[in-house]
Amino acid sequence: MRYSKDVKIPIGPQHPALKEPESFLISLRGEKITAASVRLGYNHRGIEKACEERTYIQDLYLIERICGICSHSHSTCFVQAVEEIAGIEIPARARYVRTLIGELERIHSHLLWLGVAGHEIGFDTLLMYTWRDREIVMDILASTTGNRVNYGINTIGGVRRDINPQQNQQILEAVGILEDRTKYYISLATSESTLINRLSGVGLLSMEDAKQLGAVGPVARASGIARDVRKDDPYAAYADLDFKVITDSHCDVYGRTLVRMGELMQSYSIIRQIIQKIPGGPITVKSPRKIPVGEAVSRYEAPRGEDMHYVRANGTEKPDRVKVRAPTLANIQAVSKMLEDRYLADLPIVIAAIDPCFSCTDRTIAVNMSDGNKNTLTWQSLRLQSLQWYRDRGVDFTELNKKVMERFSTK
Amino acid sequence: MTEEEKIKQELEEKFGCLKDKVVIKRERRIFADVPIEKFDEIFAFTVKQMHFDAISAITGMDSGDLFTVMYHLNKEGRIVLNLTISVNKNNPSIKSVIPYFASADIYEREITDLLGIQVEGLPAGNRYPLPDGWPTNEHPLRKDWKASQSKKEVRNALL
Repeated sequence: MRYSKDVKIPIGPQHPALKEPESFLISLRGEKITAASVRLGYNHRGIEKACEERTYIQDLYLIERICGICSHSHSTCFVQAVEEIAGIEIPARARYVRTLIGELERIHSHLLWLGVAGHEIGFDTLLMYTWRDREIVMDILASTTGNRVNYGINTIGGVRRDINPQQNQQILEAVGILEDRTKYYISLATSESTLINRLSGVGLLSMEDAKQLGAVGPVARASGIARDVRKDDPYAAYADLDFKVITDSHCDVYGRTLVRMGELMQSYSIIRQIIQKIPGGPITVKSPRKIPVGEAVSRYEAPRGEDMHYVRANGTEKPDRVKVRAPTLANIQAVSKMLEDRYLADLPIVIAAIDPCFSCTDRTIAVNMSDGNKNTLTWQSLRLQSLQWYRDRGVDFTELNKKVMERFSTK
Repeated sequence: MTEEEKIKQELEEKFGCLKDKVVIKRERRIFADVPIEKFDEIFAFTVKQMHFDAISAITGMDSGDLFTVMYHLNKEGRIVLNLTISVNKNNPSIKSVIPYFASADIYEREITDLLGIQVEGLPAGNRYPLPDGWPTNEHPLRKDWKASQSKKEVRNALL
């Protein structure tokens, strides 16, 4: 059958296939996607502006709350920039603790992703298994830092908590269990034909496109680009540690799955090296409240890829500018390419495969209602606003809305 | 001579206007102040001839009398070259770098929304990151913009 006209389907801002608000406008011909456009910004909270109005130490806690999953990535990336401007050399032990928490965070993030990916392809057993295992690393994070997320481990000049020999032992035991589990997932991913067939050839992104569209992290590495900030631009303790940059040449969702599982295995090895090599000594040095005039660009390999912060200091207690570029913003631009000429049913897993984090990507404005005027919206006015919003984008729900309203009024 | 020093030397030799303007702040971090009229030429040279093959982000800043726009380029993910231009606050405008990096699109939209710097050559499309109803003359990252003094139109846009 020939289709003469494209049909436009809005996916989001609120949609069951999405875990956070973002909006995709999909043009369809039959079941095939002919074009896709992305609208972001729904999670913009104005964190960059807010940073300019707070002190460095307050900013550290605010920045940590950019994201609930890779909170340590943002806090480390920021604090590295501030320390560079202030000329602070942190103790070696602090560098190792930061690295340790960073790798534990990568493990919990990758296991979380594997579960979400399983769920998106209807393989909910995988979700249950991986999220059960993820609790092991969450417990370790809670016992070493005090929190499951937003660890609050960093401070300007080092880290706030040390790890003791008993915790080292717990971490090693946990890593042993998780390594066995990950080996099982790897054997599953390389032998289970439903999984291989569902993910292979889906969400293709060639190496050239990945480069041109600026993809980072596991998305770039699964398209054969061997880039990893930990290796290319080492920070914390990575220069002292031995690990491999995992790449894959599948260029599809299957490749992205293999890369993340390979990275889990590397993380276990990195953690063992840290426990073995961690030097003694203090965990923090004194830092000034006022940061001297200067600027720095800091980079960090978050679980989703390169995180970049730029900080400009003006000699006061508050920064002049803080810029955050989270990895999802770099990767989201490749999603339209991955969706091109694919089936609509592939959309959830293709989006999930970049492991998107829109809270990281958007950062917005909080408006202080200084006049105390609280606006309230009625259900009806929200409906009308939503109808108009979609109409502006070429999708008309007026008729459907009428039918729904009639049905409700007769009941 | 380190790779960073070679890059500095190459830039300073090729462009007279960059004499003493290229600063190596530390290993893998180079900053350069570029005159806006020479920006196209220098940007093209760094990308095409010097093989800075990725852009991490573009940072826009309000620096008082001027806007500052910084392009964070990197070479094979290793050396970061930050090219900075100053933009006049009267009708601020810069040229798009999308012909070099398709990924610059969203970074340029962000600068347009948050600072009100126009980007020549940026194709029509969705704004980012502010809401659709947000007034086009309100730019929150400008230093004189305060959330506490925001106008009614801004509050309505957030409803």
